[in-house]
Amino acid sequence: MTDHGDIVLEASTRRDFIAEVLASPGGERIHDCIQCGTCSGSCPVSYFMDNPPRKLIAMVRAGMRDEVLNSKSLWYCTSCYMCTARCPRKIAVTDIIYALKRLAMAEGKAAAKNAVALAESFVSVVNDRGRNFEPGLLVRYWFKTNPLAMLSSGPLGLKLLMRGRLPVTGERIEGREQLRAIIAKASEMGGE
Amino acid sequence: MRLAYYPGCSLAATGRAYDQSTRAVCRHVGIELEELEDWNCCGATSYMSVRELVSYCISARNLCLAQKQGLDVVAPCSACYTVLRKTDHYLCELPELRKNVAAALEAGGLSYQPGAVRVRHLLDALLAEGGLERIRAEVKTPLSGLKVAPYYGCQTVRPADGFDHPEFPTKLDQLLTALGAEVVYYPVKTRCCGGSLMGSRPPAALRLCKNLLLCAQQNGAQMIATACPLCQMNLDGFQGEVNRIYGMHFDIPILYFTQLAGVAMGLPDADLGLGREIVPAGPALARCTRRLVVAGEG
Repeated sequence: MTDHGDIVLEASTRRDFIAEVLASPGGERIHDCIQCGTCSGSCPVSYFMDNPPRKLIAMVRAGMRDEVLNSKSLWYCTSCYMCTARCPRKIAVTDIIYALKRLAMAEGKAAAKNAVALAESFVSVVNDRGRNFEPGLLVRYWFKTNPLAMLSSGPLGLKLLMRGRLPVTGERIEGREQLRAIIAKASEMGGE
Repeated sequence: MRLAYYPGCSLAATGRAYDQSTRAVCRHVGIELEELEDWNCCGATSYMSVRELVSYCISARNLCLAQKQGLDVVAPCSACYTVLRKTDHYLCELPELRKNVAAALEAGGLSYQPGAVRVRHLLDALLAEGGLERIRAEVKTPLSGLKVAPYYGCQTVRPADGFDHPEFPTKLDQLLTALGAEVVYYPVKTRCCGGSLMGSRPPAALRLCKNLLLCAQQNGAQMIATACPLCQMNLDGFQGEVNRIYGMHFDIPILYFTQLAGVAMGLPDADLGLGREIVPAGPALARCTRRLVVAGEG
């Protein structure tokens, strides 16, 4: 005999996941997907993906929340928007992948670990200066993830430095307090 | 024509040559750039923050500043251009997001009327406001015989509804032709360079760069012209790595379209940031313009 409770639970989990995606900017049209595969065929990195974009959308609609959010494929998207430009149903596929990345980050999924480290470094640099300071960001990021990367990037860094392309001090904006107040308010409202 | 100039963070660092040549060329063709006062980071991609609202708010502060300055924004960086445009677009379309962003901006004493500011890419602004006729008239040393691959990258023309076709744009082709260069067939002109994957997933990004360089080489290009600091950085800075991994011998300089425009207009090298590229552009430029080889090359 079927356990009716499980079916109800499963159906609601599935609906919740779709609702989360539907609620994010660009996610509104996910129901319109006809699974034509134009997105996967257009994706320059589908070659590296276990779950290319068409399949990811099908998985979202099937409510496969954990499989989707644990998928490494999300982190191969380069945001080139070719899928979005070509989609015959005008689905913002790239923005849906952004939404999935953020969900994976918010839940601390293993595949999102580096992205979370990068996001945290990024927000703290912007909070501090108002502008991104690439060397400062990288040092913070590498410190959290892979300190050895600092050594291997030495030769290129030196070339950039010699050509005046690697500033040693970053710029700061005047309105740092203002920006911090905005970020603080946004974090508070967007918080869990 | 006056525009609020939004250089973006890359143009203060790895993309300095783009900043220099943009200012020089715009001044030369009568486009007045007024730097957006106290601009901040564009917010980068919307997963740079775990919370999307934070990204949109960081981005929206710039739109507030431009609205105050009463000018449209011009961004040379394709990523900044896409992010700022997308923020404005979603603020217009999504009432919930509009409400939340407005509340956060208010905490900083700012407000923004969605749709009030038009965000333009530099390539668009230069052609529309400077004008091809004017540009052609300013050419002092045509880039005769220089074979250039016109590389737009992704975010210059996508997602869509921008200033040119999302897959087969022609604006950069037109500009390069006006400068006297020979534009080669380059079917991958809007394919991706890998962007920030070069940091997080190098094998994927290196493969994309290899494809772009190979196509340019096979079509006889002596140079690639780009309109984005990320594209320039990946194709120029990592060309050696591509050669190492794939056993290739690419030696293709990557210049910004503004640098090529400046060279053709006879502007001084120092104003155009020439010599900052890692794969030296001097020899290729010297051949076509009969100039002395620029300083700073190996």
